[in-house]
Amino acid sequence: MTLNRRTFLGASAVAAATLAAPMVRAQGKPRVVVIGGGAGGATAARYIAKDSKGDVDVTLIEPTRTYYTCFFSNLYLGGIKDIDDLGHSYGGLAAGGVNVVHDWAVGVDRDAKTVTLAGGGSLPYDKLILSPGIDFVDGAVSGWDLSAQNAMPHAYKGGSQTELLKAQLKAMPEGGTFAMVAPPNPYRCPPGPYERVSMVAHYLKANNPTAKIIVADPKPKFSKMALFQEGWNNHYAGMVDWIGEDFGGGEVSVDPATMTVTIDGEETKVDVCNVIPAMKAGRIAEIAGVTDGNWAPVNAADMSSKADPDIYVLGDASQQGDMPKSGFSANSQAKVCANAVRGALTGSKVFPAKFSNTCWSLIDANDGVKVGATYEATDEKIAKVDGFISQTGETSDVRKATYEESEGWYAGITADMFGASV
Amino acid sequence: MRSVFKYLAVASLLGLPIAGHADTGDAEAGEKVFQQCKGCHQVGAGAKHRSGPHLNGLFGRKAASLDDFRYSKSFQRAGAGGLEWHADTLDVFLENPRAMASGTRMSFRGIKNADDRANLIVYLRTFSDDPANIPEADPTAQALDHDLDPAILALKGDPEYGEYLSGECTTCHQAAGGDDGIPSITLWPEDQFVVAMHAYKTKQRNHPVMQMIAGRLGDDEIAALAAYFKDLEN
Ligand SMILES: Cc1cc2nc3c(=O)[nH]c(=O)nc-3n(C[C@H](O)[C@H](O)[C@H](O)COP(=O)(O)OP(=O)(O)OC[C@H]3O[C@@H](n4cnc5c(N)ncnc54)[C@H](O)[C@@H]3O)c2cc1C
Repeated sequence: MTLNRRTFLGASAVAAATLAAPMVRAQGKPRVVVIGGGAGGATAARYIAKDSKGDVDVTLIEPTRTYYTCFFSNLYLGGIKDIDDLGHSYGGLAAGGVNVVHDWAVGVDRDAKTVTLAGGGSLPYDKLILSPGIDFVDGAVSGWDLSAQNAMPHAYKGGSQTELLKAQLKAMPEGGTFAMVAPPNPYRCPPGPYERVSMVAHYLKANNPTAKIIVADPKPKFSKMALFQEGWNNHYAGMVDWIGEDFGGGEVSVDPATMTVTIDGEETKVDVCNVIPAMKAGRIAEIAGVTDGNWAPVNAADMSSKADPDIYVLGDASQQGDMPKSGFSANSQAKVCANAVRGALTGSKVFPAKFSNTCWSLIDANDGVKVGATYEATDEKIAKVDGFISQTGETSDVRKATYEESEGWYAGITADMFGASV
Repeated sequence: MRSVFKYLAVASLLGLPIAGHADTGDAEAGEKVFQQCKGCHQVGAGAKHRSGPHLNGLFGRKAASLDDFRYSKSFQRAGAGGLEWHADTLDVFLENPRAMASGTRMSFRGIKNADDRANLIVYLRTFSDDPANIPEADPTAQALDHDLDPAILALKGDPEYGEYLSGECTTCHQAAGGDDGIPSITLWPEDQFVVAMHAYKTKQRNHPVMQMIAGRLGDDEIAALAAYFKDLEN
């Protein structure tokens, strides 16, 4: 498998130009390959197929047959959603004209413009879209690596990890301890760990009310902090112990064999330990050679990689500027990218980029809060334009309406990603 | 055709007072309940279709039977299948709209409280003329209540641009028109769409997400979105 680096590009540019001139292909339709069928990839594939009305050949590579959303997975931990509520199949995309290939992409040859699949074979592309989500930084939490993910799950990718964490939560002894090691910035879903704390507390309050939650956090503050802390006080008084950076929350090591967590030199035996390590772009972005450090830098106007104009990076894997790494953001970026890719391949009109995000979090049943912003493309980055956040002390009616709105959003975004279910 | 007796029978079964008669208290309470419906439905003098049909003369009417309103396929089927609006059918519908017409664009979760439903039904009953002798509402068309510059309202939107911009809407508002906590915006009459978006922009309508989204849309962009959504059918 060839690893293409920017330095190779100059040498191969002439050869590449004779092989595949964009726009006017000698034969066949222009080809788009999308790697990763999550919030970014599924949306991009669906929109390009839908809007090009068959003029672009779109292939989506995704290993799993059912995509379990991370969004609302905390509500599953809290007992408010079922695991089945979170699963989505790719049937709607296939019906919408997307070629869905269930396999892993293991290599990208940027000179030949092909993607290699784990199952053998390779797929040619004119434009390649990467939306592989995240992987974890090796050695980020002392004592933890991927081989420990069964003893100490991250539950930060959807599906089986989430179910495992739920099973461990249910099996906690009376009065036991649930520990979380929170990640440093930047990471997927800024309010995610804290919504998780809330939903775990919600579960424990009903099922194991003397249990405790400890959070070791390398950050001094976090997303919607005032709202979460107010909620923890109101609903789960005395249950949650959040240890921020100022109190040594960043000085953490774990031992999966003995189920102990050491925070700032103090060792504690725990019953469940949810380790959410530092994150980086999904590995295929690194293999494609489009990362710089942990993430893949992109141009804000169209999400194209700064390393290769024929590759686009969406969602969590991208380094784009001010947008939080969220499903909403990935979906928003995908639509800007789809419009640009289709324009480049078919000459259709390309409209200016507009991005937005809103993240809802649930603190207790019917106690929803939200934060959101709009963004625009500047020369350097995706820059924030305007934003809002829920207020502390809101009435329970407002909070309930916010929660109901999040249900609407969930139905909306999953229909937008996968096509309306039939 | 259902008779007055049928209505009376149902009314007494539900413990409903008979509209237009004695118990105005309940119709008044029903008017309050109707606040929840007002975003999409008008009733009374000058009522027009908004995203939902006007509700004058509702009682005894076959579902999906007004010529000048574009009903969801679900409702067209229900109407063809013989559904008529009476206290009993309305009661069932209002409790859980989706249960009766799964594809309705009515973005409303329903009224769980039976008293609220009963009051609302009595209130709506006052805008139908059968069986009690209540005159039909005045059909004179009325302008939408807004103070929007007519030049803005007259802008012709580009639906292709609207389609692109709609990507920002469809993360939450389903393109197929469904609703599960966030209202449907498909097939919304163009002028009403424009008025609503400008009301968010100027913060006369208050919803922080919508104020933010509308806040940076230009007049042309709002017109483009309105032009796109007015014809969007699944
Ligand atoms: C607990 C939790 C709660 C969250 N809550 C919210 C929320 O409320 N709202 C919100 O907006 N966001 C939320 N998020 C964040 C959201 O899940 C992510 O930001 C979003 O999924 C990112 O989209 P993506 O396309 O970048 O990656 P993903 O959605 O993760 O998709 C990546 C896909 O790529 C596939 N893939 C990876 N590598 C390869 C390869 N080599 N070949 C082929 N396929 C590959 C994976 O199988 C996966 O399906 C939450 C996240 C967590 C963990």
